Amino acid sequence: MGEQSPVLEMTGIRKVFPGVVALDGVDFRLFPGEVHALMGENGAGKSTLIKTLTGVYEIDGGDIKLGGRPVRISGPLQAQQAGVSTVYQEVNLCTNLSVAENIFIGREPRRFGKIQWGKMRQRAAELLARLDLDLDVSAPLSSFSLAIQQMVAIARAIDVDARVLILDEPTSSLDSAEVEQLFRVMRRLKESGVAILFVSHFLDQIYEISDRLTILRNGRLISEHRIEELSQVQLVEKMIGKELAALEDLEDKAQSNRERAAEAKPVLEAKGLGRAGAIAPYDLTIHEGEVVGLAGLLGSGRTELARLLFGADKADSGEVLVDGKRINLRDPQVAMKHRIAFSSENRRTEGIIGELSVRENIILALQAARGWTRPIPRKKQDEIVDKYIKALQIRPADPERPVRNLSGGNQQKVLLARWLITEPRLLIIDEPTRGIDVGAKAEIQRLVAELSDGGMAVLFVSAELEEVLRLSHKIAVLRDRRLVEELENTADVDADRIMQTIASGATS
Amino acid sequence: MTTILKHRLFWPSLILVVMLGVNAFTSQQFVTIQDGHLFGTLIDILRGSAPLILVALGMTLVIATGGIDLSVGSVMAISGAVACLLISDLGNQNSIGSVLLIIGVAILVSLALGLWNGALVAIVGIQPIIATLILMVAGRGVAQLITDGQIINVRSDPYSTLASGFFLTMPVAFLIAAGAVALTVLLTRKTALGLLLESVGGSPTASRLAGIGARRITVMVYVVLGGFAGLAGLIASADIKSADSISAGNLIELDAILAVVIGGTALIGGRFSIIGTVLGAIIIQTLRVTVVAVGIPPEANLLFKSVVVVALCLSQSPDFRAKVFGRFKSRPAVEKVGVPA
Ligand SMILES: Nc1ncnc2c1ncn2[C@@H]1O[C@H](COP(=O)(O)OP(=O)(O)OP(=O)(O)O)[C@@H](O)[C@H]1O
Ligand SMILES: [Mg+2]
Repeated sequence: MGEQSPVLEMTGIRKVFPGVVALDGVDFRLFPGEVHALMGENGAGKSTLIKTLTGVYEIDGGDIKLGGRPVRISGPLQAQQAGVSTVYQEVNLCTNLSVAENIFIGREPRRFGKIQWGKMRQRAAELLARLDLDLDVSAPLSSFSLAIQQMVAIARAIDVDARVLILDEPTSSLDSAEVEQLFRVMRRLKESGVAILFVSHFLDQIYEISDRLTILRNGRLISEHRIEELSQVQLVEKMIGKELAALEDLEDKAQSNRERAAEAKPVLEAKGLGRAGAIAPYDLTIHEGEVVGLAGLLGSGRTELARLLFGADKADSGEVLVDGKRINLRDPQVAMKHRIAFSSENRRTEGIIGELSVRENIILALQAARGWTRPIPRKKQDEIVDKYIKALQIRPADPERPVRNLSGGNQQKVLLARWLITEPRLLIIDEPTRGIDVGAKAEIQRLVAELSDGGMAVLFVSAELEEVLRLSHKIAVLRDRRLVEELENTADVDADRIMQTIASGATS
Repeated sequence: MTTILKHRLFWPSLILVVMLGVNAFTSQQFVTIQDGHLFGTLIDILRGSAPLILVALGMTLVIATGGIDLSVGSVMAISGAVACLLISDLGNQNSIGSVLLIIGVAILVSLALGLWNGALVAIVGIQPIIATLILMVAGRGVAQLITDGQIINVRSDPYSTLASGFFLTMPVAFLIAAGAVALTVLLTRKTALGLLLESVGGSPTASRLAGIGARRITVMVYVVLGGFAGLAGLIASADIKSADSISAGNLIELDAILAVVIGGTALIGGRFSIIGTVLGAIIIQTLRVTVVAVGIPPEANLLFKSVVVVALCLSQSPDFRAKVFGRFKSRPAVEKVGVPA
């Protein structure tokens, strides 16, 4: 690879936002036919570096060379024309348009100026087939889960004839099967000489697919390596700038505490709860201090199941009992009255309120529960918010910054804080560690374990089976929008055992 | 200095000061004291802007939730019509008690009209622009029914006081508007209402999932706007001592929306600024007065107004400001190289 010249060379890139130096003299290069991982903690500057390259942000210093020639890219469209195709971290498609329209928006197949709808749908279906997806391409994108939306964004990006393909956390809500599929496509592109920039917080994925990696910390370049030069432990140490021992401690603690309190009372029982087209009627009981994990493939109905328990969607059959008493869960407000909390997987449209500050976002649910006539005194707000900014290491630690200016992982932490301060009895968290870096992830897992030890019931949804296994007392396995098995997470239960259930669809 | 320059309301404030300066220069009496109260062009501006301030205040809250209300002019007409009809039936039109009672009735009617709008938007789920269009059109008809198609004249001193009276040297109309501003600030910033409003406007879905009762809040802001519009209608009708159901509040919805936008509240909802809106309303009123004062021919009035408004809106756009002021920033000139296709 050394003899080749880089297709992309960024030198001394500097980007300043009011109050933060997001990038400080960062060098980055990308060779044809390689997968290059960009690594760093939440807020390290990965997405910002990508956006300076694609012209979303104007750089405050430095040079960008593409194919050996200096360029100044003034916007995403120009980037695409220059052969740089991007999947941004936050899926930014038009959810009210169809899947096919989303894939071809701005470059629809035309004949005599007229869009050829039939051809467009056909080509969209072919493209998705390359990713092993079989969807109704004329359905609006909003009718599909976030994971599918992410796949559609990827399909769009790989169809553009690109020299450089940028994937900013494309796998954050995908299951292993989809990730494999994506990797197959990436390898094919790589062989044809495309240079791929890949961001992910999953170290295993990084080691499986990348050839080289560049590490950022606090907006500074730390180093660049060939992947075989660096062990996972060394990598993490370089990312966090500390010895790793502390981190491993956390993981051990999370693992060892999975003894459940005997005689725990049920907090919530669902009986025959279901919603046509979303999830078949199911029974589920969650006890005090219990962590129930949901496992299943993409589209198996995990999120749909969880949403019914919060009244985010309305069930059309069955009932919900809290403390043995039936409740009418017609909307989230009712759920919150019974101290049930729910953090959606879709943080951009169902979680954060972008223009409000970190502080306002954190206190929002608590304030909503108190009603508008009883504002939380400002001093108390500051106290709570400071405490959680510290506990969850939200960075930058500035409560008055608009939350949309935070990095993806830090936004996720803000949402977690929003629900934790309501002191729920049942915490439903859908993909709470999505897009969160290794250190913070261990921190959040530890927190969940601690909260459940303190008596909080938790329903934990994650595409990452390891995580579900590590935290849960009980695992509910879903398949084809049906709860097929509930198993105690005893020593003999492992990922294989669960994958078996998922594959065979056993009912017990 | 640069921080002042960058403040959102710097340009609107500057334009206001310049226009007031022009008026101070051209008018014989800008502010003086006469008959024990303040008098002059400035006071006229304050007095005249009261109805617009009231309507624009309520409109700010509605816009913050991502809504809009086109029916405010009709609500003004109905409220004025109700009041004048009832007052004209009085044996003694100068009875303070009766007039106060009638004002209360007219405001109750206006609140009910706001409730109707709010219910259509939040409960039936009609898009705000359509939902309020219904009352905008139908409301004029209702007002005409109330007045029987006539202009109802009243001769009631207590009623006229609303528009032309003075209290503690200040015009009553302006004091009412100031009171409404204070009330709105208290209502939104001393309670959590402002935060919840901004949240609903920022993202309705996320707000619902955070447990905010968006419906109740939405209904409430339309009701508040209804009340303020009703009050504005009373002041406007007291000013002309009659109820004119055709021209009362005609096109005021546009001026109100404009005031909100000038004040820096985005039409898509979210963050809002009450002080900005008040400033916007006063600018619009000052503009009306200035156009006359400097003798711009009436045909060019609207054009002049548009120019000022466009300039104001541009000054609020971050992109535009970055482009204009970016040029003056000292920065190493980078050569712009064409992107190879
Ligand atoms: N538009 C913006 N305005 C102000 N600050 C910003 C903006 N975008 C990013 N930042 C700040 O720049 C820093 C880098 O953010 P960036 O999104 O690049 O992080 P990241 O490495 O992609 O993190 P993550 O893993 O969480 O996605 C953060 O401190 C962030 O708060
Ligand atoms: Mg990022």
